[in-house]
Amino acid sequence: MDELVRIVPYFGTHNPKVARAIVLALILVAPILALGIGPAWVRILDFALLYVMLAVGLNLVVGFAGLLDLGYIAFYAVGAYTWAFLASPHFGVHLPFWIVLPLGAGFAALAGVILGFPVLRLRGDYLAIVTLGFGEIVRIFMNNLNHPINITNGPQGINMLDSLHIFGWDVSRRIVITDSFSINSLLLYYYVFLAFVTLSVILVQRLQVSRIGRAWAAIRDDDLAAKAVGINVRNCKLLAFAMGATFGGVAGGLFGAFQGFVSPESFSLMESIIVLAMVVFGGMGNIGGVIIGALLLSWLPEVLRSYAVPMQTALFGQVLLDPEILRMLVYALALIFMMLLRPSGLMPAHSRYSRPDLVLANKRVGP
Amino acid sequence: MPPDVSTPMLELKNLHVAYGQIQAVKGIDIALHTGELVSLIGANGAGKTTTLNAIAGTLPIASGDLIYDGARINNLPAHLRVHRGLALVPEGRGIFTRLTVEENLRMGAYVRHHRSERAQIEIDMQRVFEMLPRVKERLKQVAGTLSGGEQQMLAIGRALLSRPRLLLLDEPSMGLAPLFVEKIFEVVQSIVREGVTVLLVEQNANLALKFSQRAYVMDGGCITLSGTGEALLHDPKVRSAYLGEVNAE
Repeated sequence: MDELVRIVPYFGTHNPKVARAIVLALILVAPILALGIGPAWVRILDFALLYVMLAVGLNLVVGFAGLLDLGYIAFYAVGAYTWAFLASPHFGVHLPFWIVLPLGAGFAALAGVILGFPVLRLRGDYLAIVTLGFGEIVRIFMNNLNHPINITNGPQGINMLDSLHIFGWDVSRRIVITDSFSINSLLLYYYVFLAFVTLSVILVQRLQVSRIGRAWAAIRDDDLAAKAVGINVRNCKLLAFAMGATFGGVAGGLFGAFQGFVSPESFSLMESIIVLAMVVFGGMGNIGGVIIGALLLSWLPEVLRSYAVPMQTALFGQVLLDPEILRMLVYALALIFMMLLRPSGLMPAHSRYSRPDLVLANKRVGP
Repeated sequence: MPPDVSTPMLELKNLHVAYGQIQAVKGIDIALHTGELVSLIGANGAGKTTTLNAIAGTLPIASGDLIYDGARINNLPAHLRVHRGLALVPEGRGIFTRLTVEENLRMGAYVRHHRSERAQIEIDMQRVFEMLPRVKERLKQVAGTLSGGEQQMLAIGRALLSRPRLLLLDEPSMGLAPLFVEKIFEVVQSIVREGVTVLLVEQNANLALKFSQRAYVMDGGCITLSGTGEALLHDPKVRSAYLGEVNAE
């Protein structure tokens, strides 16, 4: 939050209180403004929030513990498919969200540990390759488990997923106040997701300055030295995978509920890379940066998509560049310029792994 | 306090360590008594660092026994050895480069997480500052920006914060300016004076032998010589092989 406050022009440095109010207001009013342009934009915002959650979770693995994970989307898939299995007509099971979502998170964590065990000894490139393979394996399973027994319904995916019901309140149903005024369900989803994201961010922030967070930072910097100061490196790495995966699993469940439909297509390698790009773009290890990275990289391509086509037809009379290609181009350019201009991301991580009240350097040392 | 000779604090019995098929340590016997400063000298690739890592638990033992405080710790994981007062300062310093100096020091006290230890940790921090004034000056700095000598000091300070009874130092003088090398040895001496037992691996045989009570010479994975530092310093074989002295004949 403080990181977000600091980037508000002028007020960020001069009057943090005003800056804080601006950020808060923006977060709360954004979907209403977006609704003014069109409901599609609120939908994009909703997805942006899911990406924020994914990026914050992946940041825990990549930014905090230094474990490069290229298969992160697999945990998103596990969460989404858990929702699809346990809350859809596919198996005829309709469990409530407060059972399905924790289960999805739990399965994702389990998947994280399953991935974690074989890669404990790997680092850097090798780790990246194995996690990439893991992500693909999960997707291929989803794609092919439709015979001999139909579990995942293969490439067609699973349809008509239950929407989010919180204590009997159906989030996907608009709230009608008068005949002419009602609250769009996309707007409701935004605030529900916002609550989840806020919770995740607080959790991750607390983790960063905890004993575990410091252990992760130590492992990231030097594996052997971490062992030498008495850190159980194996368990800490597994914990990083499991906890990162948990966020992916929750986001996946929400995605399933929101979209109402899951198919293996949504969990391709490209998605893993996009989430990683958000983390790197925003600043590995810096939660505020990662949030900004996720928001920017999920918004920009959509803006392009909606303006590129009309602009091209206006200029050349035909569409020369498909928006999908343009999207990749934007990612590539964003990353290249980032590496050239700000190699450690929009907001570089600063070392801060201790609770401020315990830091000697903040107090006067000695008499 | 004279070294207690009756029961060794650490004992290596016929210890073998291997990297896959390659035997790096081929059956060595070493004994360390409480309060001693013992060094392990030898050429590159003699198996010194391997031995230290086996003691610290970062490398598995192929065969033989490792006895610490009367208990066999062959299979005790590295992090639990730290809990028992066995601390390693790894070769090449191994500090956490992206954390601040203070955070590095506090990582040293990672195993002492109980609330009741807090006050004592602060006292120990002050003690480390007295011993290593350079570290105190740079508390806020990111550790990766320290000079080599300062990083070595920090690594030693960090190890001290785990309150070790046995400190394993791997090549503390490696790549340091001569002035710093001397300082490091002074620090090691003051650590020993506080009652910590130290096992020192060194390339700088001259200084190591001068400061140590006893020493072992390693070559090709075996112990070839052992004795008091004084005696080895004057041993002609040691002089020609490790102290760079050309034989008259």
